[in-house]
Amino acid sequence: MISNSLVYLIVLPLFSSAVLLLTGRRADRWGHILGTLAPGISFLIGLYQLAQMLGRSNEERAVTQKLFSWISVGSFQVDASLMLDQLSICFVLLITGVGTLIHIYSIAYMSHDHDRRRFFAYLNLFIAAMLLLVLGDSYLNLYVGWEGVGLASYLLIGFWNQKPTYATAAKKAFIANRVGDLGLSLAIMIAFASMGTVSFAGIKEHAGQASTGVLTAIGITLLIAATGKSAQFPLQAWLGDAMAGPTPVSALIHAATMVTAGVYLIVRSNFIFDAAPNAQLAVAIIGAITLMFGALIGTAKDDIKKALAASTMSQIGYMILGAGLGPAGYAFAIMHLLTHGFFKAGMFLGAGSVMHGMDDEVNMRRYGGLRKFLPITFATFGLGYLAIIGVPPFAGFYSKDKIIEVAFNSGGAKGVILGCAALLGAAITAFYMTRVMILTFAGSKRWDDKAHPHESPVLMWLPMVLLAVGSVTSGFLFTQGNSLQKWLAPVVEQSPAAEGELLKPAVVSILALLLVITGVGLAAMMYLRKPVPVQAPADVSIFTRIARRDLLQDEFNEAIFMRPGQKLAKALGIADNAVIDGAVRGVARLTQGTGRTLGLTQNGFVRSYAMWILLGAIGLLATIWAVTL
Amino acid sequence: MLLPLLGALFIATLSKSKELLAKQITFATTLLVAIVGVAMATQFQRDNVDLQFVESHSWIPTFGINFAVGIDGIALVLILLSVLLAPVVVLAGWNEATGGRWSVKTFYIILLILETMMIGVFAASDVFLFYVFFEAMLIPVYFLIGGYGSGARAAAAVKFLLYSLFGGLLMLASIIALYVLSGEQGGHTFDLGALSQLHLSSTTENLLFLGFFIAFAIKAPLWPFHTWLPDAADSATPGTSVLLLGVLDKVGTFGMIHYCLALFPHASKTFTPVIIVLAVISVIYGAFLAIGQKDFKRLIAFTSISHFGFITLGIFAMTSQGHSGATLYMFNHGFSTAALFLIAGWMSARRGSSKIADFGGLQRVTPIMAWSFFFAGMSSLALPGLSSFVSEFLVLVGTYTRYPVAAVIAAFGIVLAAIYILIPVQRALHGPSTEGNETLTDLNLREKVAIAPVLAIILALGFYPSPLLNVINPAAQHVITKAGYSDPLPTIGSTSAEKETINK
Repeated sequence: MISNSLVYLIVLPLFSSAVLLLTGRRADRWGHILGTLAPGISFLIGLYQLAQMLGRSNEERAVTQKLFSWISVGSFQVDASLMLDQLSICFVLLITGVGTLIHIYSIAYMSHDHDRRRFFAYLNLFIAAMLLLVLGDSYLNLYVGWEGVGLASYLLIGFWNQKPTYATAAKKAFIANRVGDLGLSLAIMIAFASMGTVSFAGIKEHAGQASTGVLTAIGITLLIAATGKSAQFPLQAWLGDAMAGPTPVSALIHAATMVTAGVYLIVRSNFIFDAAPNAQLAVAIIGAITLMFGALIGTAKDDIKKALAASTMSQIGYMILGAGLGPAGYAFAIMHLLTHGFFKAGMFLGAGSVMHGMDDEVNMRRYGGLRKFLPITFATFGLGYLAIIGVPPFAGFYSKDKIIEVAFNSGGAKGVILGCAALLGAAITAFYMTRVMILTFAGSKRWDDKAHPHESPVLMWLPMVLLAVGSVTSGFLFTQGNSLQKWLAPVVEQSPAAEGELLKPAVVSILALLLVITGVGLAAMMYLRKPVPVQAPADVSIFTRIARRDLLQDEFNEAIFMRPGQKLAKALGIADNAVIDGAVRGVARLTQGTGRTLGLTQNGFVRSYAMWILLGAIGLLATIWAVTL
Repeated sequence: MLLPLLGALFIATLSKSKELLAKQITFATTLLVAIVGVAMATQFQRDNVDLQFVESHSWIPTFGINFAVGIDGIALVLILLSVLLAPVVVLAGWNEATGGRWSVKTFYIILLILETMMIGVFAASDVFLFYVFFEAMLIPVYFLIGGYGSGARAAAAVKFLLYSLFGGLLMLASIIALYVLSGEQGGHTFDLGALSQLHLSSTTENLLFLGFFIAFAIKAPLWPFHTWLPDAADSATPGTSVLLLGVLDKVGTFGMIHYCLALFPHASKTFTPVIIVLAVISVIYGAFLAIGQKDFKRLIAFTSISHFGFITLGIFAMTSQGHSGATLYMFNHGFSTAALFLIAGWMSARRGSSKIADFGGLQRVTPIMAWSFFFAGMSSLALPGLSSFVSEFLVLVGTYTRYPVAAVIAAFGIVLAAIYILIPVQRALHGPSTEGNETLTDLNLREKVAIAPVLAIILALGFYPSPLLNVINPAAQHVITKAGYSDPLPTIGSTSAEKETINK
């Protein structure tokens, strides 16, 4: 099927972004309105597309739109071409829907900022790039969106880059993402060299003929790309620092959408991973490692945004784990991605609302008892909390438990290990999220008298309420009659009949619930029974200290990559001057001397001629010698 | 092509005091040349692989030297690059010539002579004529650096001249040898087409190839022949640097395609492994050195060494993607480097220093200047959506199909590029505005008009490179075919074919 309206999805926010950037201060008065309308209209187009799609049979739902021939050299033919199918429509609605809500929220949140117009321009740029990422019909089109969102993320993390640490955080995110991008470009190169095409459809068609080695190589390089964008181990270190960006950015880009692009990439490339079991296993392992890694960091953070960021890392770990479980897990990975999009965005907006009321304080040790002052924030954040820890019937219960269940049933020792990791992660999630809830909303007040906590204006709490509705209902809706699974069926291979279930769904649910209750109980014991100190206690175990320092991720990167890299750059600089240029200067001095000697016997132009002829002769002799050697 | 020369003559008749008029005439001339150039480009038959716009006049009949010109798609793109950048350079560096050793008038005469030669060197189809332009070009640049540059300008100019003359001499020796050989094989000539038909023994071919190649490698510049470039870029005025790195150095990579591959296909094949290694070293080495630089001009010079590594890699990968990518890369690099040099030049002129550490917080003091620099930087690191991405990716993908290891190593340049661009961006544009920067003024109208088309072209070609690729592709394909190469087939195609034969 062909549709001519896909391009407007992207063009509207892109156009709005360009207008806001180019008109400058003149657009300050109305910039935020235009900036909010653009994704809003894109959302309506998305809904229209969904309605059209529902009207067609399952196999004919995908639509395409070819725009123009982008790069065409020899057999390397890439069109600028869009494709909307059952998988990408999920993302389109998530990006534009949650995106619009966050834009509305930002109108109020950023109202005191001198550069609000620029903020909306970046957000629109992000929306456009993210839509291109999920709508591109080839890896190269995806790549444009992929780096586009990286650029938008860089600009937004560094939105307040007059603070040097924020500027550094932005740079760190860009460079970590570039390492991932390197993986994506290698994947594209391998795919083209082996299959002669870079489009999803073309590669899907040829994947069957390619050797397992080639497919594994593509799979691993795609995984590298995913780890960069989705802050997965070992490229996870940038996400915590990325909280330097304004809170709506953390909600939209670093929780709901951009960081989940890695999950999209892997699910989109299902035809590669299904044929490359080793790469698929690597995906699952990376997911399991990261979900534990993020959860552990989450237990030690006092900064509310960094605690949520660690949680995001961990939850995306679940999604990557689900995607790494193959056909059985794809649909649940996407389901968790969507539910997470609701509840985590909602919680970030809640955190922003708290900060808004507390003079931008982020240290949870200086909160306490805020439920009385911010009742709506408390309620919406609380619903998100129930969703993320997986209490039935909230959204996370459906999506996360399904991933745990599939992990257990993926067979053999692998299934037991992955399943246990996922289960343990659920307990830790319950612990750290309960900690966040208690430190922020329960207990007694720990802030100074200067702060005057107050509920946020309607433009801020309305999006929070709508996202909370999603946190409550989405999981139930997606699993009702396996609706999301069936919907995605034409895009991803469907689960073959499970090879002997290790654990029944009910058993997994009960186990998970028990662990969640343990986690909640533990947190309640630790933080409710005695008052929380305003200063983080220093006499803590080595484990807490390491977790507070993000499990030493920065120390590791600095010791292994950054400092040796800096030294190498410096050493090469010195060597370049001393050795290479030195050799050249030596030759120059030599010829100068020769020239002077010759000059004693010769005059005028002849001298310089002689010098050059001599030099030429030396050069020729040297090359003859080099060639005949 | 003669237009700029006429302009130069006209300015020469003016009196020294009429500086403004000299500038205006120069700008008008370069603009007119640009318009004529674009108009000619539209007349170019893109699917015709023969030389076009051919003209030939007898020049030195004794030696059979003709003033012969004619261009293919590759030369056309480079001529377009030259004529489009020239007015930008004039407009951007309106006050560059003031304070030089000689008069402002002289500066513009030299500039127009240089433009003539740039067009000539790409258009020449007579090897001797090419050589004459190749060498004669050095003289205006020498005077532009030595007379109007800054810092140790004299030393830098001499270094540049000696380096280039050395390479040029090796090439001259090879050209004379070719001439002599052509005499033995049917008649003395310097015609490129005729010379490429010569039968050469492999030793002779290898030697003559090296004579040409080293000259081009110095010009390009390829590691380890690069050390003249940072000094030259450091001392030259921004406008001169743009012409030097943006256009003149392309003669090196252009020569590799147009002369090395056409005249010595077998030797090219023999030396390809060595050249690929040097190109990969250039990519990584240039990037690492750029990371360590503390001065804007030197930093941009080293990024160019990395980019020229990519171009050379694309040429010698001998695939249509690599080749088209390399030519497109030459064009795109011209524009992104021009933008970087010009904006860095404006920043330095305002601040009185080109040390990166002297800047800080420009994004909030001079937003338009800062954003233009950021944009150019993004182009330099090949952000998708900007023109350099298309060419860099084509080079990488084209290299990968034949030399996967080289492509994978060179691809690390993607990450290093992010580092070498974002470090100066952070130090100079972000953070609080440091002392000495609070009062800098933003771009004025003239500067905006100069830089806007450059940035617009970078963006437009990023999304729609077809106008250039359509011109380049047939020519690139022709070069590869003549050199005896064809694109590697997708491996699954060949393996499935093998399987079929096994089954039979």
